[in-house]
Amino acid sequence: MSVATAPKRRSARTSAREGGSFLSALPWIGPALLLILAIVVFPAGYMIYNSTRKISQVGTDLEGVGFANFSKVFADPALPRILLNTVVWVVVVVAITVVISLALAQFLNKPFPGRTLVRMAVIVPWAASVVMTTTVFYYAADPNYGIFNKFLTDIGVLDEGYGFTKNAVPAMAVAIVVAIFVSIPFTTYTLLAGLQAIPNETLEAARMDGANRWGTYIFVILPQLRGALAVAVLINIINVFNNLPILKIITGSIPGYSADTLMTYIFKVLQFDRRLDISSALSVVNFAIVLVIVAIYVKTVKPMREV
Amino acid sequence: MSILITEDRASRRTVIWRMVVGLLVAVAFLIPYGIMFFGSLKTQAEILAIPPSYMPREGAQWSNYLTMWDTPETPVAFNLISTIVISLSATLLVLLVATPAAYYTARFKFPGKMVFMFLVIVTQMLQPAVLTAGLFKQMLAMNLYDTWLAMILINAAFNLAFAVWIMHSFFASVPKEVDEAAQIDGAGKLRVLFRINLPLVWPGIVTAVIFTFVSCWNEFAASLVILSTAENQPLSVALTRFVGQYSTAWQYVFGVSIVAIIPVIVLFMLIEKRLIGGLAAGAVK
Repeated sequence: MSVATAPKRRSARTSAREGGSFLSALPWIGPALLLILAIVVFPAGYMIYNSTRKISQVGTDLEGVGFANFSKVFADPALPRILLNTVVWVVVVVAITVVISLALAQFLNKPFPGRTLVRMAVIVPWAASVVMTTTVFYYAADPNYGIFNKFLTDIGVLDEGYGFTKNAVPAMAVAIVVAIFVSIPFTTYTLLAGLQAIPNETLEAARMDGANRWGTYIFVILPQLRGALAVAVLINIINVFNNLPILKIITGSIPGYSADTLMTYIFKVLQFDRRLDISSALSVVNFAIVLVIVAIYVKTVKPMREV
Repeated sequence: MSILITEDRASRRTVIWRMVVGLLVAVAFLIPYGIMFFGSLKTQAEILAIPPSYMPREGAQWSNYLTMWDTPETPVAFNLISTIVISLSATLLVLLVATPAAYYTARFKFPGKMVFMFLVIVTQMLQPAVLTAGLFKQMLAMNLYDTWLAMILINAAFNLAFAVWIMHSFFASVPKEVDEAAQIDGAGKLRVLFRINLPLVWPGIVTAVIFTFVSCWNEFAASLVILSTAENQPLSVALTRFVGQYSTAWQYVFGVSIVAIIPVIVLFMLIEKRLIGGLAAGAVK
């Protein structure tokens, strides 16, 4: 039905735009399609397959074990703490990042001499390697030679250097600070883009109606920022959830799994235990969670609209 | 003081306040990199001294930038070469593969286009860390484990989606009439792409290229698992080898970091204005 009626709706002018069959599109999109299928879709499927296999430590596939790897994963006594850490990690980092970024974007949207320079400074942690940024924080938090500890004792907050990175809870707190620090630039720029899309007339109208600053912000600006906010929150959730380097560097030397998230745990099982089958099962669980977030993204942000 | 007059006609006091807050914000975001820079100029004894000093007291050790290439922890020079080769090759591959796909999907309708674009969007939301377990076994099976080629393919595949997406929006903004006029004159599709469209969308291509390059330059998770030989590893992985040692040569970690960070910061600043545009289109992550 739709195939028969569709051409009628198109004007004669747009008919010149037809690319024709899928085959005639293939030379143009083929290489991209091949790369995505081979290096994104295939390993995803292969990972799911491997999660049902028993694999030796040198990577040899031994036999099919059904869902045994998953039962092992869910029976793991370390898992509840890891899941709790993951939830705290994502919720705290994303919530604080978004609140700070909302304020910062609002500020960077106001004109003042030197604003471009300030925006450039804010962009630096986005461009810089997260590994390198994190090593500075790790060094600075050292109880003996760390500069932050020296600063905190100099201003009288601490009597002597504190081993922030030596125990699970304070180390997680330091990692959360680093994660917020490196997440703010992207978030702020996304919200800034949202703010710049708000028509001036809307704000003038609110001012004419006698709305005060907070009233304008809550009832006029925030609703207009919904789209940008959805992008910022969802992309941050995915990025923070899948972040490896920050926790690996800051809490990596703490024994056990008390400061691990799902992602750092997967890499410990993969690298140190060399259990490819168990880490595949864990990765499948992780991948499923990511796909749910992607589905929410596609549904709320509607990126396909612009295709 | 005409410099203090802003487009929203704020009072002088307000403008000065904004400048003060702006300065504080800039300092807050630059402090870690300041610590990095001053740390890179200290001697090993000074950077591990208890209590530490804020600034190098024994004079700036610029020689660290020469000696850091030869340190027992990791072959830094090789790591820099790995980072450059992997990032440049992956970026080139993305450019070659993404440009025609972005052009074709922005210009023509074909069966399967929505499926293709959906695949692109889902890929854009993924990162190598999510699939590293699968990629690890795949690269073992393909005999690509511990090779640059493996990381070039992985970096290209995971950044391809962003490049297609942002170039798609740039191609779509070129009026279709421009293409049609050229086609009526008898130009083929390739000719229309190269002669008519590329000159118009180059800002989009530059943005895609820089963003891809920076993201490959900083990739960590997949390289950590797939590159096992020290010489093959990029700087992001190599530098973690210093951390957790009994007496870490922090001055070298920071010196190498400064050398690795400055070029990507400069590149990012070049596309600063367009990042806002790209974010408005929902293309940048």
